[in-house]
Amino acid sequence: MDTSAETASRTLTLEAFADTFVPGEKRSPDDVAIAGAAPGPGAVMAGAIELLEMPATGVASGLDDIVSTLNDHASDYAAEHDITLDAAVPPFVALDYEHRSALMRILTAPDHPEKEFWVLTALFCFMAFDTAAHMNTVRAMENGHPGLTTMGFAKPDPDGLWRFPDFSYGRQLARAHPATTPNGDPA
Amino acid sequence: MTNARPTHTSAEQTDIVVIGSGFGGAITAYHLAAGGAKVVVLERGPWVPSDEFDHGFELGTSSTRIFDFVAGDGMSVLGGNCVGGGSVVYFATMPRAPGFVFERQGSIGRRMWPSVINRDTLDPWYDRVTEALPISHQTWEQVPYPGGLWAAACNHAGRTANLPNVAIDVSKCTNCNWMMAGCRFDAKRSLLLNYLPAAVSHGAEIRPLHEVQKISKADGLYRVHYNVIDDEDYRETTGGGAIDAKIVIVAAGTAATPVILQRSEADLGKMPHGVGRYFSGNGERLNTAIIDEEKAREVLGLSRPDGRAYAANQIGRGPTVVSWDHLDGSLPEFSRFALEQLYFPPGLGTILAQAPGVEGPGWFGPEKKEMLRHWQSWLTIFILSEDNNEGVFGPPPPTGNSVRISQQMLGRGALAYEPTKETLHGWELADAEIKDILERDGLARVRPWTNDLVGAYTVHPLSSCRIGDDPATSALDHRHELRGHPGIFVTDGSAVPGALTVNPALTIAALAERAVPGIVRAAQERGIPVKYGAPAPDGATSAARAVMPLLPALVAR
Repeated sequence: MDTSAETASRTLTLEAFADTFVPGEKRSPDDVAIAGAAPGPGAVMAGAIELLEMPATGVASGLDDIVSTLNDHASDYAAEHDITLDAAVPPFVALDYEHRSALMRILTAPDHPEKEFWVLTALFCFMAFDTAAHMNTVRAMENGHPGLTTMGFAKPDPDGLWRFPDFSYGRQLARAHPATTPNGDPA
Repeated sequence: MTNARPTHTSAEQTDIVVIGSGFGGAITAYHLAAGGAKVVVLERGPWVPSDEFDHGFELGTSSTRIFDFVAGDGMSVLGGNCVGGGSVVYFATMPRAPGFVFERQGSIGRRMWPSVINRDTLDPWYDRVTEALPISHQTWEQVPYPGGLWAAACNHAGRTANLPNVAIDVSKCTNCNWMMAGCRFDAKRSLLLNYLPAAVSHGAEIRPLHEVQKISKADGLYRVHYNVIDDEDYRETTGGGAIDAKIVIVAAGTAATPVILQRSEADLGKMPHGVGRYFSGNGERLNTAIIDEEKAREVLGLSRPDGRAYAANQIGRGPTVVSWDHLDGSLPEFSRFALEQLYFPPGLGTILAQAPGVEGPGWFGPEKKEMLRHWQSWLTIFILSEDNNEGVFGPPPPTGNSVRISQQMLGRGALAYEPTKETLHGWELADAEIKDILERDGLARVRPWTNDLVGAYTVHPLSSCRIGDDPATSALDHRHELRGHPGIFVTDGSAVPGALTVNPALTIAALAERAVPGIVRAAQERGIPVKYGAPAPDGATSAARAVMPLLPALVAR
């Protein structure tokens, strides 16, 4: 493969990986990386690849290994399950969502020797979706970040700080434990 | 200092070095500096002022600068990494430990706590911290929606629910729930607002980004070796040095103190058996409930001014309401627990949550994504139970207490933890109780967080270098002095003998207050001109006066 093909293959594989954890809808009918397993944008659209590529995460320098190892596992998985893979795309991308998901369950199971490696990488895919950790949070809210928007994360005040003046039901909703001390502690 | 031997190159000298600036370090540093000793505090994290406490998740903002997540084998530990330590990132919930906790035996066949410490004898020291921070009561009018919902659900199920005391000035609080990134509004009474500035005003010197690696000996003194850490990329070291002192106080945090002591063993000699053993995660575990908004209205009669019943996961200030129905000393050990409503920010607070009703792991996939769509209707319930002190630290990493993976926050440590059947039993009872309360009448669907990914997890690590009467199972005597190494004291969460069934910060702080008179005596014996008797950092004296009659018993070995 030439360099641009390698880059494309690497990106497709990482996108398919991220999409397995927080799945989203396809960007176009011929989207092969995103499996389309859930409505609305998922980890890829939320910026998972951008976050994984940031040196601050500590995983960026290992992404080539992640891609090649994942594709090796996918080839083995396909062979074991009698699945014929489309050779035009990387092996993990060639798996459908059900099989991508099943493979990730195997690789992140407590007894798998590579578990930590896969969990760590998955963690950043989640963080791209539910924290937009690759960008300023106020800007993410302004731009309608897909993950924070999906979660209904509240908007900040104009100064970029969050305040909730409406915060309490304002009434007693339970009685205290009878053994509470006068000071308010457990006895 | 002049010394011909190459291994004893000259080092800076002070009376007392304090390692760490959380509760155990700040409290001791304040009293010793106020009493006249020359004190240097070495803190591995940055010194972040209030206006740099960000509202944001971006890598490199205060949420990653001041917070550490150290993954181990079966247990991951979350903690502070900044001047002020855990007090800067914590939720400031400050209950006293129930009386039965001090009688716990765990699995060692005898009382874990020193015989001289029980709730009654610790109360005067709790009072000192209460006055110093200060700690205050909450009212129902101040309880944010998630706490109110938990209270209403407990009440509906025939349970009680309490408002624990807090170290928060609620009049300044905006209920923004960014507490884990530091309090921008100075509502949270962290150590940056009391003990630490008071220590500095008495001449204590605090050095941020100084990560202590080990302690050795030099001409009758202890020599504390440190690396200077880059202020942005904590994986990088920019320098290093050493300071000699007559007394060393190790308060680097439960996940770091034993590592420093283990690494010092080659220089200082054999460490007590309890160093790096008996770690407790405070029996912690989380469940996430997805509240049915209509049921919250129908079953609990709840509604907000805008018409919604709840949808307020993001609103509040961490935990505000707790069920103490199972803090009953007549129940057998390993079946007692508190159930506390909690907020956990997205990121670490979302990946481990599992979609209810999914067969097998429910932490990823379409159902988990659907669960995230209802994030504002989540209610997180925090179990604080009695674990069995299962944690053991393996050989130390090359530096610090972990091999840092990310620039900030994420690292891999040497702690191993395999829960025993006793711990698992407590979790099972607590999970069932949460389910019973919250799934009643269709109010919610609940599932515990998975332990398959990063093992169990704790925000309240304890006991890795604990006090006790039995040298075989405790690293410290009741005065917090390291057995076999006179002049080294440990005063952080690692000194607490076991799980407390409640949030531990107040107990850690009270023990540090209690340890000070003994440290003062040890300092005096080494010729340091220091006295005990400072008031609270703001000058209040009533709790200080109350402990004075207790001092003779405290300094006795």
